[in-house]
Amino acid sequence: MAANSETMKVNLKIKRFDPAESGGKTWWQEYEVDIHPDSTVLDSLIEVREQNDGTLALRCACRASICGSCGMKVNGSAKLVCKTRVVDVAPHGEKLIIEPMGNQHVVRDLVVSLDTFFDQINRVEPYLQPSFVPEKGEYTASNESMENLLTSMNCIMCGCCVSDCTVLEVDANFIGPAALAKAWRFTEDPRDAKRSERLEKLNNEDGGIWDCTRCMKCVEVCPKGVAPMDRIMELREDAIMAGNTNTSGYHHTESFYKSVKKNGRLDETRLAIDSAGWTNIPRLLDLAPIGLAAMRRGKLPPVLPHKAEDNQKVKDLYKRVEDED
Amino acid sequence: MYEHDVLIIGGGLAGLRAAVEVTKSEADVAVISKVHPVRSHSNAAQGGINAPLTDRGDDWEGHAFDTIKGSDFLADQDAVEVMSSEAGEAVLELERMGVIFSRGEDGKLGTRAFGGQKVARTFFVGAITGSAILHVLYEQALKLGLNVYEEWFVTKLIVEDGACRGVVAIDLKSGEMHTIKAKAVIMAAGGAGRVFEPSTNALICTGDGLSLAYRAGVPLMDMEMIQYHPTTLARTGILMSEAARGEGGYLLNSSGERFMEKTAPDYMELASRDVVSRAEQTEIDEGRGVDGNVLLDLRHLGRDYIEAKLGYLQEVSVEFLGIDMAEQPVPVRPGMHYIMGGIKTNVDGETIIPGLYAAGECANVSVHGANRLGANSLLDTVVFGRRSGVHAVEYIKNLGGHSSSEDDLEYEKSRIQALLDRPKGERVATIRNDMARGMTKGIGVFRDQNSMEGALENLIDIKSRIGGFSIENKGKVFNTDLMFALELEFMVDCAETVVAGALTRKESRGAHFRTDIKDRDDQNWLKHTLMYKDDGAEHGVRVETSDVTITQWEPVKRVY
Repeated sequence: MAANSETMKVNLKIKRFDPAESGGKTWWQEYEVDIHPDSTVLDSLIEVREQNDGTLALRCACRASICGSCGMKVNGSAKLVCKTRVVDVAPHGEKLIIEPMGNQHVVRDLVVSLDTFFDQINRVEPYLQPSFVPEKGEYTASNESMENLLTSMNCIMCGCCVSDCTVLEVDANFIGPAALAKAWRFTEDPRDAKRSERLEKLNNEDGGIWDCTRCMKCVEVCPKGVAPMDRIMELREDAIMAGNTNTSGYHHTESFYKSVKKNGRLDETRLAIDSAGWTNIPRLLDLAPIGLAAMRRGKLPPVLPHKAEDNQKVKDLYKRVEDED
Repeated sequence: MYEHDVLIIGGGLAGLRAAVEVTKSEADVAVISKVHPVRSHSNAAQGGINAPLTDRGDDWEGHAFDTIKGSDFLADQDAVEVMSSEAGEAVLELERMGVIFSRGEDGKLGTRAFGGQKVARTFFVGAITGSAILHVLYEQALKLGLNVYEEWFVTKLIVEDGACRGVVAIDLKSGEMHTIKAKAVIMAAGGAGRVFEPSTNALICTGDGLSLAYRAGVPLMDMEMIQYHPTTLARTGILMSEAARGEGGYLLNSSGERFMEKTAPDYMELASRDVVSRAEQTEIDEGRGVDGNVLLDLRHLGRDYIEAKLGYLQEVSVEFLGIDMAEQPVPVRPGMHYIMGGIKTNVDGETIIPGLYAAGECANVSVHGANRLGANSLLDTVVFGRRSGVHAVEYIKNLGGHSSSEDDLEYEKSRIQALLDRPKGERVATIRNDMARGMTKGIGVFRDQNSMEGALENLIDIKSRIGGFSIENKGKVFNTDLMFALELEFMVDCAETVVAGALTRKESRGAHFRTDIKDRDDQNWLKHTLMYKDDGAEHGVRVETSDVTITQWEPVKRVY
């Protein structure tokens, strides 16, 4: 696609939004720019803004994937555009589709409101809460325990994970992947004294750690390797180990475990009831319409559990894993 | 109606550290920044923060001397003494707030070596030290419920009866302009790297704070002192931390020689930055470079070590150049990185205008003089950010109520409307690029009378063109087009003081290396340059000089 050896053409289709018009006006606009073949998507957007259309709004600052300003969707998936090279997303000169991040209110063009993101962060009391402050010197902690936290400290708060979180799409109350990764950073910090309170809250809170559906989207789009979902799974395990067993999340896990161990396969009816809790009448009533709808469509799982024909292999697997523990 | 006791412009390390300090008093404080605080350029500081910890055998005088020698004896020694002696507590305090500094075997803070110092006293978090500290200070701001005007752009300082009384600013999200009244203002708005092209600096580093203070009548000091960092990535100019050399990396020329042996046989790759950058530029200019670069070689450190200690550098190298540092050296070259000059302050952050303080890269205390040591910038921000906070709180105790004038707001509204109403003219970006390339060409690693006069001529042309740019976006909400125009005007102010300072200083000292006058001249030039905005002076700048404060270290020949 090179126009000559020094430059190449990049075609961009950008979703625009102008809030000034009554109710806001959304439209798609296409641009073509000539840039250096090594350029990033951000370079091409800056070229548009500086040489084609000064009205295009986007945030960017460091150009080195550390400030977290330039999260947006490229071809439907959230990316930090300063570290996304054009040749990697459009190797044959394909048109790039650029949109603002998802799950956050659009202010103008590619600029989204930061309120959603930081409101989520604020929910996890995102600061060290030690039991004492040394009068002199520093806290003593192993280097290993500090380096462990780097996974989460690498987070640059770009919002890509929040943008593409499939839970936030349907439940705005979910604390969200970035904030939960931030919470993990404190539960894992040996200097923090509120670990059990934090875990209990994350476990019990509406929109807490059990709302993640493990879709992996946040792991996929995170530009800094924070892998928020992995952090959430660690928080779940830590919460259970800390004695937080009175949640549908825990019952769900336990029921899943027992059902497969006993029958060699999942008893979905029992899983649903176990997860809700046998005495949790309101929650069970919530489930009733789902059950009825499933029945109408012939998708209701059998009320009596089916056993797998050869259950022994599954049992062996359980034994092996449990022996390891 | 917006009013606060103390208003801090900038949400990076200096600004947030000042804010945390002010919240310890009864005073009402707010931070205003054109970006969200966690987007500030403090993020980009990679390698670490210097501190001589006296409880483990280091002495602060050692750090002070290294800093002063690094500054080529232009730093004010009383200021350096303050910074060095307060450094240990400043860093430990960050740890106690939650920064996850790397540790030694004993569980205490660990260090790495850095340039211009024989003692390893640089505390660090991988190669993301700035980001790690910034995020923790922001956590503290959340904990304290700090009031932050996020994405507000300051266009003018309000000075009434000789004292600073607030600002006029645009709320970028609504486009509305407001007065924010304050009894004291702390300028912590960062550097001016974009005055040059290329630069390691973020696109937001446009010298806003320097220019705002300069327009209000405060002198900018030693602006000719521009730091070129020795290791910026080929083509993109992205910073590769000094930590790469601190951890043992080599610099090689095209024949694989460690060329630092010729200029700094004792310190080698860890000589002061100005010294290393000149050595590299000499290799490149004399034909021993590799496509306009030299090579940064980490291969001997091994993959595991590189990934553990310099993970971010590896990430950048792989992603931006496709080079795995464990397998191949990376091409690097000197790149504009930091401005030692800035708003003249004393050790309490005070400027010559009562009620106006400055701290961080926009300020010049002066602790960096003619060349800043790596890992001293973060230290500067927290030490002098804190001190500015303390003294601003003291200052407002004796003050009455807020100013009542809205004159500046009306003036700024009509000034900005006039910019928006201009007929179609030149693009802001075109003028900015021409200015910044001219600055790099004239005020580079090496400079001489000719090149500096070239920069001046270029700037005269730029000044004649800024009256003719136009702003395409006429809307209110998030009008970055307007913001870039206002930033360009700020940058031109900074550029004129850089050129004026450079043409004034008739010697070579630190980063100001003139090929036509190669020696340092302590007899005549152990002096600061002070640039005042003055429409009556030639090119609009009046240059004065003042003596450097010497306490216990007499200038000696600088050898590495």
